[in-house]
Amino acid sequence: MAAMTKALPRRLVGLASLRAVSTSSMDTLPKRVKIVEVGPRDGLQNEKNIVSTPVKIKLIDMLSEAGLSVIEATSFVSPKWVPQMADHAEVLKGIQKFPGVTYPVLTPNLKGFEAAVAAGAKEVSIFGAASELFTKKNINCSMEESFQRFDAILKAAQSANISVRGYVSCVLGCPYEGKISPAKVAEVTKKLYSMGCYEISLGDTIGVGTPGIMKDMLSAVMQEVPPAALAVHCHDTYGQALANTLMALQMGVSVVDSSVAGLGGCPYAQGASGNLATEDLVYMLEGLGIHTGVNLQKLLEAGNFICQALNRKTSSKVAQATCKL
Amino acid sequence: ETSQLSGLPEFVKIVEVGPRDGLQNEKVIVPTDIKIELINRLSQTGLSVIEVTSFVSSRWVPQVAAGATEISVFGAASESFSKKNINCSIEESMGKFEEVVKSARHMNIPARGYVSCALGCPYEGIITPQKVTEVSKRLYSMGCYEISLGDTIGVGTPGSMKRMLESVMKEIPLGALAVHCHDTYGQALANILTALQMGINVVDSAVSGLGGCPYAKGASGNVATEDLIYMLNGLGLNTGVNLYKVMEAGDFICKAVNKTTNSKVAQASFRA
Repeated sequence: MAAMTKALPRRLVGLASLRAVSTSSMDTLPKRVKIVEVGPRDGLQNEKNIVSTPVKIKLIDMLSEAGLSVIEATSFVSPKWVPQMADHAEVLKGIQKFPGVTYPVLTPNLKGFEAAVAAGAKEVSIFGAASELFTKKNINCSMEESFQRFDAILKAAQSANISVRGYVSCVLGCPYEGKISPAKVAEVTKKLYSMGCYEISLGDTIGVGTPGIMKDMLSAVMQEVPPAALAVHCHDTYGQALANTLMALQMGVSVVDSSVAGLGGCPYAQGASGNLATEDLVYMLEGLGIHTGVNLQKLLEAGNFICQALNRKTSSKVAQATCKL
Repeated sequence: ETSQLSGLPEFVKIVEVGPRDGLQNEKVIVPTDIKIELINRLSQTGLSVIEVTSFVSSRWVPQVAAGATEISVFGAASESFSKKNINCSIEESMGKFEEVVKSARHMNIPARGYVSCALGCPYEGIITPQKVTEVSKRLYSMGCYEISLGDTIGVGTPGSMKRMLESVMKEIPLGALAVHCHDTYGQALANILTALQMGINVVDSAVSGLGGCPYAKGASGNVATEDLIYMLNGLGLNTGVNLYKVMEAGDFICKAVNKTTNSKVAQASFRA
């Protein structure tokens, strides 16, 4: 079953609607939310156990069946750095391409981009950060240099008619720098948007954010980039992901990243959890009467499948509650 | 460093239910000396209300003789739940509670009322906000100083929380209301945030998220006090509670009953 993607109208957020956030603003929630499923990439990348190519392909096919319209399939990064993603070309070629569903892949540099295009990619993702130190430790260059790399990718993508999604890491805090200013996040987001990214996903990489900080960050960013071009990517390391996501929805964001079964631990806090579980997100959105296009039952099956393959328990509370063992 | 969301209460009272609601729903029987140690540790964290009372029956006098300074009565917004849980109808239960609450008040002992199944019932499914309001009003008018509205099976989401509170708040003053959210479907903090946005300033939680859900095998129960405090601290709201000390109390009880914590903050902070 395929879900239809829909181009959202651009609109700017006025000050009045920002003030309205603190009072009960359920009436201003979006009617539809696009869920970007990052389990097969962000999730698996941060799991200790390596899974085989057929398992990865089956997971992605099951997620397509569940009605997700955007599934981040893999990463065209050197196998030396991320062994889990070594089979990126085979995965991308091996998955069923459902109509109306997009399968973005991560491309950290031009070489990765070219390999992705050769393997049939129609959409790619690039990862920036709102922290200088994080950029240095994560991709071994300065923020300025990283933008130069992205620029090369974006120019190539434009020529090849390939969409590019931008990510900003550390938007609510950095494992090295600590506090991150909303102004910095707005600056980086604006840059990626003006360089040609159609959507920017704002990531609380270490999950330290809380709803007030999410609101402050989004207020700053929304003065530079329209809400329709924004997404939030909350980590559940401190249990705050769903509350933060709710705040983002109240602020007008209508695209949310999540990971089936809450796959992917946090590399910065041993034993801690990472991504927000897609099942728990869908549960909340359905309860709010917000359309997602996702079949929760099929999603639970996909989560169950990958957890068995990884020999781990699910991090989704909905899955835990529903499984009668 | 924190950021204030305008419109939220400045101070939030946390009612710690770990030693009662939490331990009651844990499979392992906890020895009395461990229980006492846990409560003593929690008392040092700044928490101003720690629920230690067990379920109140009509024979409550012994509890008072044992030095109880506050009692709780448990109503439900569901006829089926009331019948299955305490073996009588809602009307009958209210009659019993009235006796208990009136006598307690006569002895200057405050009574807290709980309404179970406020956002859904394991037997009846959907529960109307009107029913919750009706039961809450009964408990309030018989003399309960505070009514804790419980999402007993954790099925609530921000929309249903909002609708329920809107109804109850028409009949009961804000200052007399609390929310008791279960995290069975991971919705607790989002539901609590919603309640805070509506002005609620009393929240129940359990250290380490103690207490599973008796209606969904393997599922989690109470929201973890540590995770709640983390959110409230981040919102710039005062609680008077020291998060680190609560984490230590949580670490103690988990080791004592040989279980892993349900608190994400604890998981992220303790390198076991």
